[in-house]
Amino acid sequence: MEELIKNLGLVINATLIATPPLLYAALGSTFSERSGVVNIGIEGMMTIGAFVGAAVAHFTGNAWLAFLCGGLVGALFGLIHAIACVSFGADQTISGTAINFLAPGVAIFVCKALFEQSSNTPPLDTVQKLPKLFNGVFEVGSFWNNVLNTYVATYLAFVAVAIVWFIFYKTRFGMRLRAVGEHPKACETQGINVYRTRYIAVIASGFLSGLGGAYVTLCTVSQFRPEVIVGQGFIAIAAVIFGKFTPQGAMGACLLFGLCNGLKVLLGSGNVISPNLISMIPYVVTIITLVLFVGKSRVPAASGKAYVKQK
Amino acid sequence: MKQKNNQNKKTNRNIVKNVTQGLLHQNALYTVIAIFFGFLVGGIFLWSAGFSPFEAYAKLFNSVFSRPKYLIWSVIYATPLMFTGLSVAFSYKMGVFNIGAEGQYVVGSLAALCVGILLDAPPILHVLLCMLAAIAAGMVWSLLVAILRVRFGINEVLSFIMFNWIAFYLSNYVINTEVIHKVGGGEASKDIRQSARILLPQSVLNILKNDKANYGIFLAIIAAIAIWFILTKTTLGYRVQAVGLNPHAAKYGGINSNKTMYIAMSLSGALAALGGAIQLMGNSMRISQFAGQEGFGFQGITVALIASSHPIGCIFAGLFYGAMKYGGSKLNLIDAPTEVVDIIMGTIVLFIAISHVFRYIITRRQKKKEDN
Amino acid sequence: MEKTSHIASNVVAVQMTDIVKKFGNFVANDHINLTVNKGEVHAILGENGAGKSTLMNVLYGLYKPTSGSISIFGSPVHIENPRHAIELGIGMVHQHFMLVEPFTVTENIILGMEPTKGMTVDIKSARQQVLELSERYGMHVDPDAKIEDISVGMQQRVEILKVLYRGANILILDEPTASLTPQEIEELINIIHNLTADGKTVLLITHKLKEIKAAADRCTIIRQGKYIDTVDVEAVSEHDLASMMVGRDVQFVVDKQPIEPGEVIIDVQNIHCKDYRGVEVLKGLNLQVRRGEIVGLAGVDGNGQTELVEILTGLRKGEAGKVIIGGKDLFNADAHTLFDKGVSSIPADRQKHGLILDYSVAYNLVLQNHDLPPFSKRGILKKDAIYKHAAELTDKFDIRGAEDGVKEVGKLSGGNQQKVIIAREVTNDKDLLIAVNPTRGLDVGAIEFVHRYIVEQRNKNKAVLLVSFELDEIMSLSDRIEVIYNGKIVGSVPGDQADEKVLGLMMAGGSKHETKEQSEQKDKPKYS
Repeated sequence: MEELIKNLGLVINATLIATPPLLYAALGSTFSERSGVVNIGIEGMMTIGAFVGAAVAHFTGNAWLAFLCGGLVGALFGLIHAIACVSFGADQTISGTAINFLAPGVAIFVCKALFEQSSNTPPLDTVQKLPKLFNGVFEVGSFWNNVLNTYVATYLAFVAVAIVWFIFYKTRFGMRLRAVGEHPKACETQGINVYRTRYIAVIASGFLSGLGGAYVTLCTVSQFRPEVIVGQGFIAIAAVIFGKFTPQGAMGACLLFGLCNGLKVLLGSGNVISPNLISMIPYVVTIITLVLFVGKSRVPAASGKAYVKQK
Repeated sequence: MKQKNNQNKKTNRNIVKNVTQGLLHQNALYTVIAIFFGFLVGGIFLWSAGFSPFEAYAKLFNSVFSRPKYLIWSVIYATPLMFTGLSVAFSYKMGVFNIGAEGQYVVGSLAALCVGILLDAPPILHVLLCMLAAIAAGMVWSLLVAILRVRFGINEVLSFIMFNWIAFYLSNYVINTEVIHKVGGGEASKDIRQSARILLPQSVLNILKNDKANYGIFLAIIAAIAIWFILTKTTLGYRVQAVGLNPHAAKYGGINSNKTMYIAMSLSGALAALGGAIQLMGNSMRISQFAGQEGFGFQGITVALIASSHPIGCIFAGLFYGAMKYGGSKLNLIDAPTEVVDIIMGTIVLFIAISHVFRYIITRRQKKKEDN
Repeated sequence: MEKTSHIASNVVAVQMTDIVKKFGNFVANDHINLTVNKGEVHAILGENGAGKSTLMNVLYGLYKPTSGSISIFGSPVHIENPRHAIELGIGMVHQHFMLVEPFTVTENIILGMEPTKGMTVDIKSARQQVLELSERYGMHVDPDAKIEDISVGMQQRVEILKVLYRGANILILDEPTASLTPQEIEELINIIHNLTADGKTVLLITHKLKEIKAAADRCTIIRQGKYIDTVDVEAVSEHDLASMMVGRDVQFVVDKQPIEPGEVIIDVQNIHCKDYRGVEVLKGLNLQVRRGEIVGLAGVDGNGQTELVEILTGLRKGEAGKVIIGGKDLFNADAHTLFDKGVSSIPADRQKHGLILDYSVAYNLVLQNHDLPPFSKRGILKKDAIYKHAAELTDKFDIRGAEDGVKEVGKLSGGNQQKVIIAREVTNDKDLLIAVNPTRGLDVGAIEFVHRYIVEQRNKNKAVLLVSFELDEIMSLSDRIEVIYNGKIVGSVPGDQADEKVLGLMMAGGSKHETKEQSEQKDKPKYS
């Protein structure tokens, strides 16, 4: 029994560490998707957010500043995506793919320039990382320590879900954002600036993705390496589609995917099932679920189409 | 009789005029501008990191052109990209963005590896079997996505991405199985047997001073010509492009867009998979454990874009990217980061994506002039 | 229908002077003057492409005039954009509704001008305002219903409430009755009168003469971008209006010899079909077309014609019924099979369904036949044969600008594009030709061309089913007219005995055998 509780604690711990990067990125994705702009460049935005987070933490020792900077650089690439797709009407999938080349390329380039040709940043001390919430309160290795003593940024991720939900469904901006994703022409004729709304949404998606990436280097891995973001951005997109483009749905889906990671920690180390097979689970589950729940996911009507203003 | 000849001549002249005036001409212009901007942005990054862009680009140029051996390396690097580029280009003609080329490449490579290791066969037959296995794997991989879209309405971009990652982990899993795994440790598979390799004969390799020169490039060129032929001369090509240009009219015209999609996407998948197989059999000889996605599929997207989805253009665009990759890999000899190539290529893609706006403006101005 | 008589004031609400609007070289509005008084219902009448929509778009700030001036209630203004127009009290209800489907009625109305309580949108007070407004003008709406669940009539009321919510005093209604049932049209006219009784000014863009007579006080006629006249509606007849609109005495006669029709080519039995909402749009429809006859299907848009044609051409599946062609039931067969068995069509939306704009004229001309000899052999296209075919057809059908078939069809004018489709379908020479709104958007010359070939097919002993929203076209071409209403055929009239009034009655749901009193009883509005 004790063994079971201990394992449960470990699984929850691993889940709570794997989920936030996905969750931040998924929340970002909902902003973009609901406004009608497809953003598959999230993977790239996470990568550069991860790098900037690690680099700023190394140089300044201030983890929260680093966290913020990770978000800001993600927002910068969000701006690039917005300019290409909203103002220039570029194909959104192509633009996102370009960002998945550019952002990691820039990240590693700058990393090599700053850190003597290494594509890794120096490891961060605990002091330079983001803090945990209940540090020292519980006994190390105990169930409650595993569950509750996790990073502040993790709790923040779940708080962010509530904030995003509030913005979407209770505020003016959120209502306009959702309308723009459904029928931009109607919004334009009612005096709403479609371009501006989409810009804000896409920049926000970049910001949140950057935060997601920075979380990885500032909490989990403690340094930037090129492979630190390997698929999380794409899983986040899948989570959003899965969660029917709502913040609460995205949260549920991300927890599910995070759980898969938790199981990988538990099962993979015992060599019972190959970690590679476990890693496949989120992707296979996504497909199977979409097949079973056919047609339930309602995509924003204007998604993926560039909006051309009247003359 | 003379009237008919004149009519034919007039038609031919009109066709030539239209083709030259046509999109191909204009696309090339914007592609060149995009490439220029790519190098410009790359140069800015180099300069701000303390490198001379001229020195770096000179090194890039030299690394490719200064010796025949290097040119051949560029071709070797280019070959898989031509296949993935063709794959993306062909499916784009039908209006499908084959972002799944990455996964199709991996399963093709994997299938060829298994046949290349486990089977014992005479040389040419062995190569053929490996290629067939790859083609089959690629077809299945993309056909599944097509079925998901047609039967279940699942967005193919999502499916492709899922399948990319499934292929990724599948590859890592398979190469760790006992039969495939390299004997004596290390993070890779065994090498494929000699009979499954497509290297040029040893005598030729000696002359070229390059021991990875392979005949994959010829296969790539044949594939490009075949795709060009399909698109421009066959009824299948008529249907594929009809569905891509106007699926409604295609349906009205009696074209079965589902069947067309299955065929076209299978072909696309086969092409990308073949790229993986050729790379294995001609260059890498084994598959290593992946830490991250290798990117051949995504690079194929760049190739297709630069080629404006024209099959023959994919050869040249592939050569360009291959040269950039090879030359770029030597940049660390002067301590410059090889990632500048990713930055250049990403910028090129971005600019090509934006360029259709300029094309629209310029062709509208031209039309106004014509109307006057 | 009784018009509540009221005297519109003499205050000028809208004054548009000498408006010119050019698009490149095309002059859409050529020195147009418009004077609209406060409190009146002012109709803008013109044919398709006459320039009336352009003029109203200028007034609403969607276009900037090339030259000319505008005054609102005496003050000269430059209307920069719709937002500015809204501030000036001008509201526009577009022909194609601009509604966000998953949002509620209330959300759609307040979008862009949402009342707030702190940081949140104050839905409660918004709802209250919506109810008050709707009651004031006699417009019934359900504030909490989602747009995707309500009727077209209610959707239109939502559109009107949108502009009223923003304080519009001048309302522009663009072809408001295009998708309404006759009952909904009557409700709308009542609403319009409620609005003017309250001092609002209504501009009505339309080409429907009946509605002008029923609703408008005055009418300005625009023809080919030019101002023709402004008349008191009571003082003129429909015939007068039509003449001014078209510029000549309207002759709707087509030269046609009577023919004895032959065997039944297509026998449609008891078709049932549902739309995407699960609502039944075809409720047991029966129809036959024989060799050597043109059957005209008359009806207001939205009574099931679109769905019927889609089923007959293989673009849609129905729930039940039979479609018998050549002795076989081909209900729910695909497009390819139906074409094979003798059904060809001129689609309603030529650019969406009929043509691949990026393909050459030659390639478009072989759309259905590209995989058959002589145009291909064993999967390889025979380009000589394709281009030869194109050269012949562009010559025979006088398709301008095609360059012997090489030119992209998207670069041709609308009329020539339609000629490509006609050329193709006439050459396909199938036993049944279904022509849907074949002359929409075409100029007079092109219209005559299209009509000529439709009659020629019939003269060649083929069967033609003509579906059109223009009653005049139906009446002048058809040997027999079937009226579709609410998903069924409600009446059948021989072409030479067609009477507009009787047809109009049937299209509105009345029966041709009803007495006048019976039909008036039926027309009394029932509010939902």
